Amino acid sequence: MVQFTLPKNSKITKGKTWPAPAGAKRTTEFRIYRWNPEDGQNPRIDTYFVDRDDCGPMVLDAIIWIKNKVDSTLTFRRSCREGVCGSCAMNIDGLNTLACTLAMDDVAAPIKVYPLPHADVVKDLVPDLTLFYEQYASIEPWLQTDSPPPEREWRQSHEDRAKLDGLYECILCACCTTSCPSYWWNADRYLGPAVLLQAYRWIVDSRDEGTGDRLDNLEDPFRLYRCHTIMNCSKTCPKGLNPAKAIAEIKKKMVERQV
Amino acid sequence: MRTLRHRVRGLGPAHSGTGHFWLQRTTAIANAALVIYFVFLFVTLAGRSHAAVVATIGQPVVAILLLAAILSIVVHMRVGMQVIIEDYVHGEAAKVTLLLANTFFAIAVGLAAAFAVLRISFGL
Repeated sequence: MVQFTLPKNSKITKGKTWPAPAGAKRTTEFRIYRWNPEDGQNPRIDTYFVDRDDCGPMVLDAIIWIKNKVDSTLTFRRSCREGVCGSCAMNIDGLNTLACTLAMDDVAAPIKVYPLPHADVVKDLVPDLTLFYEQYASIEPWLQTDSPPPEREWRQSHEDRAKLDGLYECILCACCTTSCPSYWWNADRYLGPAVLLQAYRWIVDSRDEGTGDRLDNLEDPFRLYRCHTIMNCSKTCPKGLNPAKAIAEIKKKMVERQV
Repeated sequence: MRTLRHRVRGLGPAHSGTGHFWLQRTTAIANAALVIYFVFLFVTLAGRSHAAVVATIGQPVVAILLLAAILSIVVHMRVGMQVIIEDYVHGEAAKVTLLLANTFFAIAVGLAAAFAVLRISFGL
């Protein structure tokens, strides 16, 4: 059976409360998941107080502020700080999202920050996404053609290009995939919403000649059909995309080639 | 000691699943109409005498609609339960056992219900 409770060594304990900085007038309380693979301890929740007059407005600003000013051991990924790299995906106030595009004022304090759910934790807020990336590689996310290459670029009409809108914007942050209960239970065999949205991005590309092979590769009770339209993916996507719809479009193509 | 790529590729795509998906939708559409009819019939017959109920179910149109409802509901029940078992049961032996039990259960329920309708409608 699938595991519905955390194993003993993953149970979360109460952690350290770091004092509010002296002289801070406006503070926001953060409760952040901490786990260090090297100390043999269970995960814990540490409490921090962020000085709002010394810090930018976003959740990521606060986490960087904590690392710089309070606790340098706090570990997380971040890069672009403007919602295009997908590195700072984490679970904030119960929703998977990007810390860099979520304002502290839009979340009720204390702001609870956890790593993306149901992924192995590398340390603190860093999840292990190697399986996710390998699944992405499995859909061969590049243009596939057999026709002799044209002298210049492969051409595409404006209408066909418009079909990629809502798909090409995906930054592979894994917010949707790690929010999907079906992926939690069957990550080994179900590709998950992000990878399926990416698969559809190539299926629907008018320049790609591998459509049939792509559909063949997905036609499987687990790879595609574990999607039960739970829709957590579309609710959580920090880019406002709709992976559930992309998956439904793949299913429509599957039926279309049979009837 | 298998690579991640080996794990993701697994045994390869089964090249099936669309039939199952389509069957679930087809029976869902059929159920929407047939279950409404069944509830309507049930409400109409509630409180009527045994003879009146037997006479109504004995009508060919009523009996055929009831048999259609039984078929559609039982097939839908089986494919739906199959998905739940595949979702949550991960041990191969337990999964195969439950999938078989699911099929046998659906057939038994379907046959028993169909037998009851036929017996009433043919007045045996």
